[in-house]
Amino acid sequence: MGESVGDFVRRVSHELGRNRSRLLELARAVQERYRYVSPEAMDAMARSMGVPRVEVEGLVSFYAFLSDRPQGRIVIRLSDNVIDEMKGAARVGAAFQEALGIGFGQTTADGLFTLEWTPCIGMSDQAPAALINHVVATQLSSDSARRIVEILRQDGSPEKVVRAFGFGDGNNGHDLVRAMVHNNIRQPGRVIFGHMAPGEALSKALAMSPVEVIRDVKTARLRGRGGAGFPTGMKWDFTRAAEGQRRYVICNADEGEPGTFKDRVILTERPDLMIEGMTIAAYAVGAEMGIIYLRAEYAYLRAFLEHVLEGRRRQGLLGRDIAGKKGFHFDIRIQLGAGAYVCGEETALISSCEGDRGDPKDRPPFPTDKGLLSHPTTVNNVETLCCVARILEHGPGWFSEEGSSQSAGPKLLSISGDCARPGVYEVPFGITLAEVLRLCGAEDAAAVQVGGPSGQMVGREGFGRRICYEDLSTGGAVMVFDGSRDVLWIVNKFLDFFIEESCGYCTPCRVGNVLMRERVQRIRAGRGEPSDLDYLRRLAQTVKTASRCGLGQTSPNPVLTTLDNFRGVYQSRVQQPTDGRRPAFDLEAALVEARAATGARPAVTPG
Amino acid sequence: MNNTINLVVDGRPIQGRPGQSILEAAQAAGIWIPRLCYSKGLVPHGSCRLCTVYVNGRPQSACTQPVAEGMFVEANSQRLLELRRDLVEMLLIDGNHFCMFCEKSGSCELQALAYRFGITAPRYPYLWPQRELDASHPDIFIDRNRCILCARCVRASRDVDGKHVFGFYGRGPGKRVAVNAHVRLADTDAAVTDKALEVCPVGALVPKHQGFTVPIGQRPFDQRPIGSDTQPEKAPKTR
Ligand SMILES: Cc1cc2nc3c(=O)[nH]c(=O)nc-3n(C[C@H](O)[C@H](O)[C@H](O)COP(=O)(O)O)c2cc1C
Ligand code: SF4
Ligand code: FES
Repeated sequence: MGESVGDFVRRVSHELGRNRSRLLELARAVQERYRYVSPEAMDAMARSMGVPRVEVEGLVSFYAFLSDRPQGRIVIRLSDNVIDEMKGAARVGAAFQEALGIGFGQTTADGLFTLEWTPCIGMSDQAPAALINHVVATQLSSDSARRIVEILRQDGSPEKVVRAFGFGDGNNGHDLVRAMVHNNIRQPGRVIFGHMAPGEALSKALAMSPVEVIRDVKTARLRGRGGAGFPTGMKWDFTRAAEGQRRYVICNADEGEPGTFKDRVILTERPDLMIEGMTIAAYAVGAEMGIIYLRAEYAYLRAFLEHVLEGRRRQGLLGRDIAGKKGFHFDIRIQLGAGAYVCGEETALISSCEGDRGDPKDRPPFPTDKGLLSHPTTVNNVETLCCVARILEHGPGWFSEEGSSQSAGPKLLSISGDCARPGVYEVPFGITLAEVLRLCGAEDAAAVQVGGPSGQMVGREGFGRRICYEDLSTGGAVMVFDGSRDVLWIVNKFLDFFIEESCGYCTPCRVGNVLMRERVQRIRAGRGEPSDLDYLRRLAQTVKTASRCGLGQTSPNPVLTTLDNFRGVYQSRVQQPTDGRRPAFDLEAALVEARAATGARPAVTPG
Repeated sequence: MNNTINLVVDGRPIQGRPGQSILEAAQAAGIWIPRLCYSKGLVPHGSCRLCTVYVNGRPQSACTQPVAEGMFVEANSQRLLELRRDLVEMLLIDGNHFCMFCEKSGSCELQALAYRFGITAPRYPYLWPQRELDASHPDIFIDRNRCILCARCVRASRDVDGKHVFGFYGRGPGKRVAVNAHVRLADTDAAVTDKALEVCPVGALVPKHQGFTVPIGQRPFDQRPIGSDTQPEKAPKTR
């Protein structure tokens, strides 16, 4: 006899200590086991966790990887990032639809398969890519899509797919990973991918006082690698100085910005370095608990990361009296996300870790003062923490030898799109775009998106600009487009992404992104007027100014930076109203209903 | 200990208390900052963004931002009026609002703000979203077409009524107000006397059986523009 939903929920809630902040994990467990979170499951979850049912429903309906309708035993999620589409995702999608006999958003009648689109899964260097449950399938073609469905039909196990196509390089072939994924480390530098001996940086840090550790991080002028570039030492100072009985260190491994995948490679090849940095952070700020917030798309790395954590516990590098330092206790757990880009924003991430919808929070209070469960918390990016370990190992001077005046050290770039060598590059901050394009083999690039959709679109005139906080700042994404790509299509795709991922809390982001897309689509359809350019700019400015969090404050960037740098493209697509007919008026669309009612055919050929 | 915080709002020096928001400090000094999701006595939510002001040049929501010594606040400038107009117009097309048929007309804060800002029709295209009604409850009617997602009901039900009747479903443009039951409000312990009902700024949560007890034309905002209690309206600016 199978366990009833109610029994299952009770058992898992019990294992989670009926801790309200573990509600997302409970929901994930229910989803995994039953392929959806049913109304009965929600009732049971509310009862056993002691939360109002409406909050359970609110949580389940927030995250893309949770569903309140039954899904197939195997969920195929095809990534629809611009890069995936440039590399043929539409053809792959058509092949999946045909082989499965269903459309996107549908489940097969036998309950075996669900097919969905999903935003960037962090595989832009090997696009098109898809998730098959937790398993990643890369470099897809229509042939491989058909073959995948065949294998799944025969065997029902996504792992078989990987076996058929082979493992990727490095730790992707590790027993606990077994992924088709490739690292594509094109330019390993001395900092992130240099040789590392676990424990070395840590023992140097523990020989100093926490204040001295923070001083070294400040001397190295380290700034956050997650995108915002906040000085790491200062963030630690705040966290350390804040009043609180407990403190937390959170490693932001949500890597949701489309076109970014460098943290995935760190998690695969240098997890020890990252955890070492986290442990040093804990020592510096006085934290005993740490969380790695791992995006759901990287769930395939979870077992491997648990294994690395376990290894460090055995070596005395995590746990009590770490590395022999009396009184220094610290441990880490992994918290999986559930499909929400906004959860990479640090306050939304904290909401998510508290078992809530991933809504961002008001600042003040800042997380350093009142973060996770109102305790002082430092949130740091994966790469930032790796830099920390290196700074402690080799000294701040060694680290800041390279870089520009306000951006010390190296930066990992995730390069994808129209280039010969997509992958991960360690480059010194201050490098010009032209040099980056030469490295990756993109001499005929016409446009580069630096920093992902929330960043900036730069044209040829801007290729002399530098990648650093004082000019083109980036969390790592560099997407390259050649002259054959339509800039407005790209803008449209980026807005699709933000609309999909907006949390919907505040008015400007919830509504404004939809309005910007409407106008971009109108222009793309040839119905734009010159006044639409000012309309778009004002709208974009309102969304940027009034939005509550970084998502809405940056989602207008594709519109604003293309209006600045590709104005000609817009101008060539809009037309002055002539002889009393306004291009904005879509006669055909306006007549659809009347025609359907009367059975009439179009009188004018749509142009 | 000195408990007074000095700040400057639109060139006027005013005083606030520690922990007070800019919106409340300004209000006490007779300066009205437009707002929608804010409701006196409820924890601030910071979602409508109507109260956006510039604090030392940076945009912040006045309802959530605590006062601090020496702040320079730009609260009611032309550029902020333009911004607020945009936000009100967004709310007007984000839902389905038909003032002429709405029980709340004249007492609706969204409508009143549109009038105060001189908005006759939104410049944005209507989005005509699909929104559900819920007439299951004997005394309360939910019309999600008119909901602006301000969370006043959510907060009032949770913090004042102690009931958790309301919450949110979904995200992004698909976000909707939800009830603490599988589907129907009738299956919750909502009551017509709940604070949650009283605080709804629009006609999304309305009591049944009492339509038009106050005739149109005699309702609060028919008499005086919104915000007049704090600060009388200046001559309406046209675009
Ligand atoms: C919408 C949004 C998404 C974000 N996603 C990420 C992310 O995936 N990873 C990350 O490290 N930072 C992300 N950030 C930045 C974080 O809020 C935060 O600044 C960062 O984690 C701090 O770490 P750092 O100082 O080490 O960079 C995001 C910010 C926003 C506004
Ligand atoms: S800008 Fe507003 S709606 Fe958008 S994600 Fe942030 S809080 Fe949510
Ligand atoms: S009143 Fe301040 S954001 Fe709504």
